[in-house]
Amino acid sequence: MAPAVEGIGLSRSFGGVKALANASFSARIGEVHALVGENGAGKSTMIKVLGGRIAPDSGTVRIKGQEVRLSGPTDAHALGAWTVFQELTLLPWMTVAENLLLAREPRGALGLIGRRRMAQDAEAMLAGLGIEHIDPLALIEDISLAERQIVEIVRAISHEPDILFLDEPTSSLVEREVAWLFGQIRRLRARQTAVVFTSHRWNEIQSIADRITIFRGGEHVGTFTEINEDEAVTLMTGQRVDTLYPPVPKLPSPAPAMRVEKLAGPRLQGASFTLHKGEVLGIGGLAGHGHRELFFMLFGAERAASGTVSVGGREVRIRSPRDAVRRGVGLALVPEDRKTEGLLLAMSVRDNLTLSVLRRLSAGGLLRQAAERRMAQDMVARLKVRTPGIANPVGGLSGGNQQKVLVGRWLLAEPQILLFYDVTRGVDIATKHEIYELMLRLAAEGRSILFYSSDAEELAHLCHRVLVLREGRIAAELTPPGITAEQIVSAAVRDSLAA
Amino acid sequence: MRRSRWTHALSQNAGLALAFAMLLASLIIYCVIYYATQQRFPGGFEITTTVNNTMPLALAAIAQTMVVLTRGIDLSVGGVVDLTNALAAVHLGTTLGSTVLWSVLILLVGAACGLVNGLLVALGRLQPILVTLATLSIFQGIAIRVLPQPGGQVPQEYTNILANPMGPWSLIYIVLLALFWAAFRRTRLGVGVYAIGNDEAAAQSNGIDVRRTKILAYMLGGTFSAAAGLFLAATSTAGDATTGNGYTLTSIVAVVLGGVSLFGGRGSASGAMMGAFVTTMIVNILFFAHIDPLYQAFYEGLFLIIAVLLAGGIGRFMRRRAA
Repeated sequence: MAPAVEGIGLSRSFGGVKALANASFSARIGEVHALVGENGAGKSTMIKVLGGRIAPDSGTVRIKGQEVRLSGPTDAHALGAWTVFQELTLLPWMTVAENLLLAREPRGALGLIGRRRMAQDAEAMLAGLGIEHIDPLALIEDISLAERQIVEIVRAISHEPDILFLDEPTSSLVEREVAWLFGQIRRLRARQTAVVFTSHRWNEIQSIADRITIFRGGEHVGTFTEINEDEAVTLMTGQRVDTLYPPVPKLPSPAPAMRVEKLAGPRLQGASFTLHKGEVLGIGGLAGHGHRELFFMLFGAERAASGTVSVGGREVRIRSPRDAVRRGVGLALVPEDRKTEGLLLAMSVRDNLTLSVLRRLSAGGLLRQAAERRMAQDMVARLKVRTPGIANPVGGLSGGNQQKVLVGRWLLAEPQILLFYDVTRGVDIATKHEIYELMLRLAAEGRSILFYSSDAEELAHLCHRVLVLREGRIAAELTPPGITAEQIVSAAVRDSLAA
Repeated sequence: MRRSRWTHALSQNAGLALAFAMLLASLIIYCVIYYATQQRFPGGFEITTTVNNTMPLALAAIAQTMVVLTRGIDLSVGGVVDLTNALAAVHLGTTLGSTVLWSVLILLVGAACGLVNGLLVALGRLQPILVTLATLSIFQGIAIRVLPQPGGQVPQEYTNILANPMGPWSLIYIVLLALFWAAFRRTRLGVGVYAIGNDEAAAQSNGIDVRRTKILAYMLGGTFSAAAGLFLAATSTAGDATTGNGYTLTSIVAVVLGGVSLFGGRGSASGAMMGAFVTTMIVNILFFAHIDPLYQAFYEGLFLIIAVLLAGGIGRFMRRRAA
């Protein structure tokens, strides 16, 4: 029997960078096929080509044995191939129901769209897939990232696809939602749908994939039915990563760096804790329980309703990011979503790096370009940013390297306290390892780090201490040897499963 | 968390609610100032003139809304109003047959103007602001050619039907237009227009025919601009190939006051019509407050900035409360 979908000898370049180099991929009818590789390995490009989003420079696409030329996603849809792209394609100012039923709205009298029926249909569509907590009348911009991802998945599944591509569908989902998604994938597999997905989380890949294809540098490395994580990582990186987590440096005698007292806001019900010099303090818990508010309030990007923050024993008022980066406070926030928070994608690596220290680099209102260049080059070398040069635009770098540029910018501002907010989400293993090393090195230098991660394993391996937030409160404080991923997760979900 | 349909409707139409509030506020201020200077409240005559004078702007505002919703902007609105206004003054004639025929033809001319814009934007992939800036000049040029000197004539019956000086009958058109918009929002075309303004690429990949939808949006816009030209001719009972120029900017003002987002995808023509009335009320208030006409433009601009600041502030506040 012909495979459900095949890409044969596909190549595609973006501005001189080869995203796919004569790469092939095929998925059978009724199988779950994981496509893995580092960022920049060509996984997303392969899915975009097979899903009709971009055209290949050369090569052939076959769907159900037929050679096809896809001039857009709608061509793929007509052949039963649907994709959930990594960058979501929902319409922000329209409702969940309008998004689910776009271009196939139920029509009533006079051929007009029946709004009430549309809401009912959408509700039924969500309920039919076991989703009860998303309001079909809510605007997309008012629901959480995880809910948007679910809506996007529901929309694709609702078309009963023969081939379903999911590009990192779990990156913004918590465990319960991942379990839901995998239930749906199994149901589709039983219905003879070919499901192709990408993920950076190995336990997910192993738990559901029938076959695993590994890509590296735009090329197909191999397809396996059985492969363990170490072998896979070796194939993905082309080198061995012996231990993913570097050893945590010893904590010096505790000296407080920052004290937070009863900080509160819309989702945060009063958090108090002390961060010490040289400490990596982990913040764990499920998304939506106040983590984001905590980090953004500390950085002044959101206004706190009440509470105080002291740095170096002195109370500070942080009402804007400008206050936070000021000398004497020295806070820096490294956020998760690189594209919307902080980087100027069209500008060069150098410009992005030196943006926050331009004052230090200028003399008489003019920039000292040589100094700027030297500073940027040093940082690129220090953080091992993979870029053709410091004059190249940041937008052309892979996700992990963009993340490093953002970290580099803050390092130049010489902060004493760094807030790392889920920085490794959707980042490949080798880059993750580099970020871990950097984080621990900064701690060893005496800087303090507040680290939120949606990955409990990371917190367990990298932190001196972990606070678990639940419903806006600190529900548990874990100290060694009690820091394990299981401990973190169980503290996070206690009581909240009913919600 | 579930909220009722009405809670949703309210929080999702904050722009419309604000436009309505602004309309009420401007009406109250107008009445107060009118009473203070005239020692009586505005009567039937004032209401009738206000409504008749606002009709062309209300229609131009709908035209602008169509295009702004797709994340474009139509600078040629004034040019189309000029052209159609001139055509009306020259051709409407005196017989019923020729009046009806020419009215339809003029609306078609408006649609054709919109088609030109739409083709250049959708197929030529040019910036809407550039395309319509160019066509604005072109349409104005043709208008001058059609009616080199102000003049021409519009039959009295025509004026009576579109802009009856005896009473505010034109309010019926406002109601009809609001109903039209409610229906339009429930057509696939209407949803497509909003979807494109939300995210063009996403709309495309979800099966919306982006080119066709855009072209149709510009054509509908042109048609409404032409209707504005006809109403303008009816109100002034004659033609002038330059009076329409102002509608480009005032239609944008009305759209903004009406809560339509210049970034596309949000807002409604009903709000834009309210915005049109607010714009007229501002002029009326300035007139009755005996502001030197030389300062009129100055104060209009000032009011616009205050209104937009207020709307933005209140909108943010409401969203935060709702969230």
